[in-house]
Amino acid sequence: MSATPEPSPGAAPLPEPSDVARYVDGIAPLLGLPIPPECRDGVVRNLSTLLAAGFLIDDFPVGEAETAPVFEP
Amino acid sequence: MRLADALGIAADVRARRVTARAVATRALERVRARNASLNCFTTVLAESALRDAEAVDAAIAAGGDPGPLAGVPFAVKNLLDVAGLTTLAGSKINAGHPPATRDATVVARLRRAGAVLLGALNMDEYAFGFTTENSHYGPTRNPHDPSRVAGGSSGGSAAAVAGGLVPLALGSDTNGSIRVPAALCGIFGLKPTYGRLSRYGAVLFGISFDHVGPLTASVRDLAAAYDVMQGPDPADPVCADRLIEPCLPRVDEGIRDLRIAVADGHFASRGEPEVFATVERVAKALGAVRRVTIPDNDRARAAATIITASEGASLHMDDLKSRPMDFDPMTRDRFLAGALVPAALYVRAQRFRAWYRERVREIFRDVDVLLAPTTPFPAPRIGQEMSTVAGVQVPTRPMLGLYTQPLSFVGLPVISVPVAGASPLPLGVQLVAAPWNEAALFRIAAALERDGVAAARIAG
Repeated sequence: MSATPEPSPGAAPLPEPSDVARYVDGIAPLLGLPIPPECRDGVVRNLSTLLAAGFLIDDFPVGEAETAPVFEP
Repeated sequence: MRLADALGIAADVRARRVTARAVATRALERVRARNASLNCFTTVLAESALRDAEAVDAAIAAGGDPGPLAGVPFAVKNLLDVAGLTTLAGSKINAGHPPATRDATVVARLRRAGAVLLGALNMDEYAFGFTTENSHYGPTRNPHDPSRVAGGSSGGSAAAVAGGLVPLALGSDTNGSIRVPAALCGIFGLKPTYGRLSRYGAVLFGISFDHVGPLTASVRDLAAAYDVMQGPDPADPVCADRLIEPCLPRVDEGIRDLRIAVADGHFASRGEPEVFATVERVAKALGAVRRVTIPDNDRARAAATIITASEGASLHMDDLKSRPMDFDPMTRDRFLAGALVPAALYVRAQRFRAWYRERVREIFRDVDVLLAPTTPFPAPRIGQEMSTVAGVQVPTRPMLGLYTQPLSFVGLPVISVPVAGASPLPLGVQLVAAPWNEAALFRIAAALERDGVAAARIAG
């Protein structure tokens, strides 16, 4: 993401790539999801992007927003 | 007969000035002549198209009503089921699947209206992209500059219309996949309200945001196609149980009573100057001077990205586990990463979506239609990883969704209109309404087209 807003107070810090790599190496086998060696760096990079995106909404005050998976625009 | 004019063709066919077979034959010739360079069709259904066209002619000869789209050639993104055809969804994996046993609901409804299906169209693998640079089937090329992308993921759909191969194509839009290619190819594209059109028979991607919709060279054609596809569908749990609200009869109503505003903030930054100039041209033509700010669009993009990656990966989890190397290198690492997103983050993104929807609803209490750019820059070159936008280096492909993604995130109806005179490459402007108010979009798009401010660009 090219997003720039400040994270909410109390949000988790941005993950270090080495920590993301350890997460990928640890979790993927538990899910039965073998990561091909040639894909590992790309997966780490993309998961880092997704976690950084999460950094933007983590702890953002959403009030009583309902989480049930029913959506009517 | 102009091949880019669906309602003109239907009028000629119904009045027996031309046969549907002659129209189909001419469209197939055009496909044969242009598809090798554009690479928009992945399957051409020549035999069945001629057969269907003959059935339309036979119905007319027998005094029957062949439907409002009689003899109109159309083609569909290859993630929509067509009976007898394997639904590729841009993938090599699905090429091994058996053929579909029935048409997707929207395909069936167009056929029932007399339209003649010419084939299936290229796309980003599983709709996960904005450029239709498909490694399995090759990139689709922009009809206005073949060194450039057509946009995506409905790139084959946009190129087929902008290249003058068919007057009507269907696409799907999760984060911008109808609007982005429509804008980059210089045609009209509609992403209706979430739940308005049936998704039955579509290979889904981000189930929270997937929409299907039409792409055409005129507003009236867009409305005509949209109208015949509307209506409830018990086969699709997301499709709303709402009455059909025809828009074609309303395109000439004018816009005097509509409150139109320009979206500023996020939608007025991080794009090329000519992009904002096109928005201003449209605003001036409509007399729109008010500016409104939708808050927290970067957070909306962030949440949409998390939800899309998580839902997309979950739909393909079995193949990601068993045959990851059969995915397109353009999507594989992103799908694998999506499979590893913590569930709490996904739920957090859905909660943010509910919050953001309330902010958007507040804005539409006293505005009917918002104007926003469709893309931050015109069509990039095929293979272009980075772009310089307003002096800043940005990754080309995700940036194409900068202005589309927050709007589909909450299911708003949007028409991307091609702005006349955008030069040298096409650019689009999004007309955005409150949920279920597609009619307002059609009225404004038609006014812009009538005044020459919006015009499709069809390659010769």
